[in-house]
Amino acid sequence: MSTVTENEETSSKTIPGQPTRMRRYVAAFVPPVILGAAVIGLWYYITFGVLAEKRRFLLRPIHSVIDVGFLDGDNRSESLNALWSSTEVALIGLSISIGLGFVLAILMSQAKFLERAIFPYMVTLQAIPILAIVPLISFWFGTGQTSRVVVCVIISLFPIIVNTLFGLQSAEKGMHDLFTLHHANRFTRLRKLMFPAALPAIFAGLRISAGLSVIGAIVGDFFFGKGEAGIGQMLKKHANRLQGEELLACVILSSALGVIVFWLFGVIQNKAVGRWHEANSATT
Amino acid sequence: MNTDLNTSSSLSFDDIGMIFPDGTEALRNISFELSRGEFVTIVGPSGCGKSTLLKIASGLLEPTNGSVEVDRERLGYVFQDATLLPWRTVSKNVELLAELHGTDSQERKRLVEESIELVGLTGFEDHYPKSLSGGMKMRCSLARSLTLKPPVFLFDEPFGAVDEITREHLNEETQQLFKQEGFAGLFITHSISEAVFMSTKVLVMSARPGRIVAEFDIPFEYPRKPDLRFSADFAELCGKVSVELRGSHS
Repeated sequence: MSTVTENEETSSKTIPGQPTRMRRYVAAFVPPVILGAAVIGLWYYITFGVLAEKRRFLLRPIHSVIDVGFLDGDNRSESLNALWSSTEVALIGLSISIGLGFVLAILMSQAKFLERAIFPYMVTLQAIPILAIVPLISFWFGTGQTSRVVVCVIISLFPIIVNTLFGLQSAEKGMHDLFTLHHANRFTRLRKLMFPAALPAIFAGLRISAGLSVIGAIVGDFFFGKGEAGIGQMLKKHANRLQGEELLACVILSSALGVIVFWLFGVIQNKAVGRWHEANSATT
Repeated sequence: MNTDLNTSSSLSFDDIGMIFPDGTEALRNISFELSRGEFVTIVGPSGCGKSTLLKIASGLLEPTNGSVEVDRERLGYVFQDATLLPWRTVSKNVELLAELHGTDSQERKRLVEESIELVGLTGFEDHYPKSLSGGMKMRCSLARSLTLKPPVFLFDEPFGAVDEITREHLNEETQQLFKQEGFAGLFITHSISEAVFMSTKVLVMSARPGRIVAEFDIPFEYPRKPDLRFSADFAELCGKVSVELRGSHS
């Protein structure tokens, strides 16, 4: 056969030069920086321009948040300890959700009747407001770390199941036919076809769940404070004592944790499927 | 054609009938045989059951009547889509079937190299499908089946989605492959010139239920040159097939 002559240009994309890359970075960073500056400006305006002196604890100026919340040694180590405790809960919870979610999704992908049996309960579990089962959780698991993890799992499990299942079912019929023609068994089909086909969806689910696991850890901590205090307990404490700076510092820390986890899974996603996935435009 | 290749058929349909569960009758009384060294193309209107016949040949569908005889162990089968796994590079895609058949890795490597060369994709081994053109994807798909060294090769309208010129190139390359590899080819298309250009025999299928309504032997010598398409004999044959095909539509 002749060698390929058509469409060579599809494969040799022009490598972006330094200036265009620079421009892309500028384009990516300038808008959020401008908006951020505007928000800080508004923040100062509200603190000093709107709030009366006595009510200024409602929104402390940003420099004093940094000063008291982050630069004060005692406060900082207290917050960081709490952050670590919540991170631990989030990681344990997320791992359990991933494991459980994968198992359930794989089971459901293997037989329609299992999907029909399990899925409604997953939706039900997802629909229960966490507040409604807080008392039950404390009956069953106490008020310590176990309960915090349970809350975290309940909050972060659903997106993993749904996305993994959707992904496992996403391989085209033609590809399944190909595997059928060549007598691939269930396991081979799962490993070589369904699982790789599911990866983009799995990562989409992981990113959502990773963010939710942080929320779950903090919410869990808010309700179940026994043992090492996490960010939830800190929020409660600072709110009760009207410590505006520390409160805002905790809010910033917990949101930073969420962002880091979300970003981290984006990076892993790019490494895992970025090379081949068509629609991979995940911003990291 | 060598007579010793024709002693036994590689693929035979015996009175195939297919009625789907919803009551649609897709095929009726299909009987024909195909041997190594034969390249048979079925032309017919869309939805006449051509693809169904290939699915029956491959065992993906069970016919409601009649029987098929074919060795399904090493069946070449190219689908309408290239059905490449997007997470595998060209060479890993080509390697897939040998992998599923449990061929050892050294042999696999050799087969992959050979097949990729046969379809002219050398140099593109490490590309992912998303960076390939439609024609290259189809070549990759062909190469994947070639690793099986198939005695019978089924083509389900594989070049329907590529542009005219690419299609002509692929037609020329397919008939070269047919000559080199000596498989028995069964090709489905609704392009008459594609059918006449590549085949030793063209069968015309009617609309639902699909039946074979005409048969044309194509006498041109292999390897067939691109300018065969502009010869008077070629045009005449295409005309005859076209008349039958129009007749089958009503």
